[in-house]
Amino acid sequence: MSTAPAIRARGPWALAFERLRHDKAAIASAITILFAVLVALCAPLLALLTGHSPIEQFSETGLSPAGIPVGPGPEFWLGTDALGRDVLVRIAYGTRTSLLVGVVASSLAVLIGAIVGIAAGWHGGTIDTVLSRFMDVVLSLPFLVLALALAALVGPGLGVSVFLIAFFSWASVGRVIRAEARSVREREYVQAARAIGAGSVRIMFVEVLPVVSATVIVYATLLIPSAIAFEATLSFLGLGVPPPTPTWGNMLGDAMAYYKVAWWLLLFPGAALLGITYAFNVLGDSVRDALDPRHDQTIRRGAG
Amino acid sequence: MTTDALVQLRGIVKEFPVKSRSLFGSRGDKLQAVAGVSLELRRGETLGLVGETGCGKSTLARCVVRLMDLSAGHVIFDGEDISTASHAKLRPFRRRMQMVFQDPYGSLNPRRRVGSIISDPFVIHGIGTARERKVKVQDLMALVGLNPEHYNRFPGDFSGGQRQRIGIARAIALRPEFIVCDEPVSALDVSIQAQILNLLHELQGELGLTYLFISHDLSVVRHVSDRVAVMYLGKIVETAPSEALYDHARHPYTRALLSAVPAFAPDASCAQAAVVLTGDPPSPLDPPHGCRFHPRCPRAQARCATEEPNLVPRHGDGAEHATACHFPLADGELLTTRTAAEVFP
Repeated sequence: MSTAPAIRARGPWALAFERLRHDKAAIASAITILFAVLVALCAPLLALLTGHSPIEQFSETGLSPAGIPVGPGPEFWLGTDALGRDVLVRIAYGTRTSLLVGVVASSLAVLIGAIVGIAAGWHGGTIDTVLSRFMDVVLSLPFLVLALALAALVGPGLGVSVFLIAFFSWASVGRVIRAEARSVREREYVQAARAIGAGSVRIMFVEVLPVVSATVIVYATLLIPSAIAFEATLSFLGLGVPPPTPTWGNMLGDAMAYYKVAWWLLLFPGAALLGITYAFNVLGDSVRDALDPRHDQTIRRGAG
Repeated sequence: MTTDALVQLRGIVKEFPVKSRSLFGSRGDKLQAVAGVSLELRRGETLGLVGETGCGKSTLARCVVRLMDLSAGHVIFDGEDISTASHAKLRPFRRRMQMVFQDPYGSLNPRRRVGSIISDPFVIHGIGTARERKVKVQDLMALVGLNPEHYNRFPGDFSGGQRQRIGIARAIALRPEFIVCDEPVSALDVSIQAQILNLLHELQGELGLTYLFISHDLSVVRHVSDRVAVMYLGKIVETAPSEALYDHARHPYTRALLSAVPAFAPDASCAQAAVVLTGDPPSPLDPPHGCRFHPRCPRAQARCATEEPNLVPRHGDGAEHATACHFPLADGELLTTRTAAEVFP
């Protein structure tokens, strides 16, 4: 059949990706995030390049004769901390902790939230009531107090941090997904699937999941920065990954005693934390805009 | 009972619990959306079901195809009572009865390709290989007047009428005998309505389908139906062959509905001035005693408030034409009530 240039049937996902590709803020934040990932991966390379391991204390070169940290210079690009450790290398290693905790904890939170949310929204009735009340309880817990108590009880560590962050994050996701699953359940296409003879499991995977997954993706992206900030908070309070492993949070915590004489201790880890959380937030917003069904049409500019 | 009945509905009742929660526990009220409906559909015919919005038409439709559980009554499909059948027991019947939905936008999942949507019935009932299914889907698309090459597109790429064709293709995929059409054209433009109605009519001829055709639009129902049932507040008030109903409506409610159909060429046949019913339909939470229509009926008398009329032939009608009214209108008798001019001076 000879027709005019074929119009490709582009799905909602392809359209969303197309929109994302034309969003300058999304591109900029994606580049920032990629850069952070690169830094995290190349942290040992950076240590090799500068000759400074993240936990080595350079009491000769890294501290002034009076025992004050030295500022940014040719030897220590971003200065040293109170123990004479290289701030740049420590920030690079801290990126690993932040990204790892951020991604793992928020994935875990979204996974739990999606399962509980779909279960509650789909079944309704008693299951819904029980799960919804449970989510309300989790949301109303004073997270910092509980996190402090728990971390103190089992001792600080990476796994504990991930668990704590996931536990205090999943409920908000669960509530949104519950509402979404509930509204999908009442749609006519679900009725149509039932009329054909589809079972609950098939309907959940074929009809509900694709619709809910847009929300899941947006939430996953938006949870990462809050998880990173959460981890930094725990580390700042000394309840995160224990020293000497560097994290942005414990670097900022250490800086509190010295920032009057060594501004770089506060500025650089703080900038790293702000930069990465901001980049994830912007990307999350862009993803949400791109997946928003209200933007159903993309106007293609030019021929290409 | 005649033997050629494909679907028999006997005393169908559907109630919804209405919870009015207060501080001191909940009160369990019941909303009776369908209040004892008995109908019969013969093989190959179209039964039109008309009524105002909220009278229980769609609920009845969903009960018939067992998308809802019945509160009471029986649905008998080809001699088998399916009113309490489980999901598994219903599966073979799902192949034989289908539904076309009102909203062509809501009834197709926007995130799935059209080919995948139409092939659902085959997948769910394990028919054919992927390759065979694709051929079947394209045949179906051609049958309902869609371009088979568009199977890879998404519902968002189609117009309302085309989407309704997709919904019809899905419904006829398994060659059912019985299709419930729940207001299949009310969401469409008038010009498109005719196309869809003609398509449904052609398919009926080709596939020998039986339709339960639900609508609030009397002119549409008249066009497609062999017989018509009029529903008011969960009950059937009049049922008759299509022509008889339009020419000799007995029930005041039917007459009022008919007079509300806009006529493009008012002539002698439209002797009846528009009858304007006052007030809204009563709440199904607290339906009136006696005849459910009596608070709005211009002919109501004391008896109507206490005694519920049976659905039986009146004024010497044949068995086909039954009316649930104590004071049915005779042929040529006009329903006298306030006219539009009196209500809106």
